[in-house]
Amino acid sequence: MLELFSFGEKGWGDELAFGLLVTIQLAFASLPVGLALGFAAAGASLSSLLPFRLLGRAYTTIMRGMPEILTLFVVYNGIGILLNILAAWWDPEGGSIEFSPFLAGVIALGLVFGAFAGEVLRGAFQALDKGQVEAALAVGMSGTQVFFRVKVPQVWRFALPGLGNLWINLLKDTALVSIIALDDLMRMTKVAVGYTKLPFDFYLVTCLIYWLMSIGSEVVLARMEKHANRGVKRS
Amino acid sequence: MDFEGIILTYWPKFLEGTLVTLQLTFFGVTIAALLSPPLAMLRLKGPRAVQIPLRIYVSFVRGTPMLAQLFLIYYGSGQFRPLLQEVGLWGFFREPYNCALLTFALNSTAYQIEIIRGGLMGVPHGEIEAADGIGMSTWTKYRRVILPHTYRIAWPALGNEIILLMKASALASVVTVFDLMGQTRLIFSKTFDLSAYAWAALIYLIITTVFVTLWRISERTISPQIFASKRKDRAVIAGMRG
Repeated sequence: MLELFSFGEKGWGDELAFGLLVTIQLAFASLPVGLALGFAAAGASLSSLLPFRLLGRAYTTIMRGMPEILTLFVVYNGIGILLNILAAWWDPEGGSIEFSPFLAGVIALGLVFGAFAGEVLRGAFQALDKGQVEAALAVGMSGTQVFFRVKVPQVWRFALPGLGNLWINLLKDTALVSIIALDDLMRMTKVAVGYTKLPFDFYLVTCLIYWLMSIGSEVVLARMEKHANRGVKRS
Repeated sequence: MDFEGIILTYWPKFLEGTLVTLQLTFFGVTIAALLSPPLAMLRLKGPRAVQIPLRIYVSFVRGTPMLAQLFLIYYGSGQFRPLLQEVGLWGFFREPYNCALLTFALNSTAYQIEIIRGGLMGVPHGEIEAADGIGMSTWTKYRRVILPHTYRIAWPALGNEIILLMKASALASVVTVFDLMGQTRLIFSKTFDLSAYAWAALIYLIITTVFVTLWRISERTISPQIFASKRKDRAVIAGMRG
């Protein structure tokens, strides 16, 4: 039994570890994309200009209402078709090009994360105490100083629990890219199952790996929250 | 891209898929809604030997991708085929629809246990003491005081959970169930027209919007006092103005 999961020729340990690495890379590559989109969406939703507000609302509403797997297919097939049209226009005899599933995964997962993060960050910005901003301005801080020294630390504190949940969702959603043939943990498991005919054992181990990653994330996030709240008195 | 052509040609397929999606969501949510209240009570008040497995179950479901859970049940059951055939359950696990439904029900149960648990913990202690004080039996206390208040607290979160499950049910298409997502993928593979995805997105959005509206109305029905006081406030404000 243990031999099956060993590293090297006989076992599937190294294949699974390779897939795990792809999963982790995908999650960490999507996170900054999603956070940037989230800040942009929050900024747009809170803008004083109506077109920006509408754009922000439309993005978060549509993205949150669509199944993640549908978003993934739209991005993967959509950009794939677009690229081929462009390629055919550029060089009619060039033949078709393949759109990278990894990149499609990063874009799709980033878009989904960004839509939810936009709502979390909007709530956090709205929860800011106006008096503090006024106080900071009154002691002569510049706009940039107010943003980085007063607003950001507090928004971070308010948004961290929500963003933490989104990170765990992101980690789990990476499993979807196995459907568009990216060699992540989920797909390597499928390959192993194909050879060994032991689907239950392998999927159970894969579930346990994801579970460990989620629990590990929760532990780290709890520490980050504690650190972010270090200056707050508890009643 | 032929936005209109796609729906004119394939509307029966979209309709068929939408019905399967709604069906999967409805059955999944209902099974979970029946299982979760007693389990939530056990999770709060049961003996430790019951609490610990329930905590592990909830943590496992919430910590693993639903796709992995679906594969564990659908493909994993194949490993126990002789055993399942012996007890007469193989017919159940052979069908991808059943495996998807089982996954959704188990998944939603875990989330609903947490929601109901939160609701149970949110009932003010004074209400329970008052119920004890006038001599209600445990059963009456739950039926008339604790559970009604629990559901009022949990209602919005339950609505969110139903929407999440509806969206997640698109995963069934991966194991060849022809729900809305499955039909859409089939249509796309025939036409290579992105409008198929646009229509699917639109239908999912419509389902979500209609559901959110209906759920708000139902919330108003089960917690009339919250909305009544808001109406009164508005009447007072209107009175002050006019």
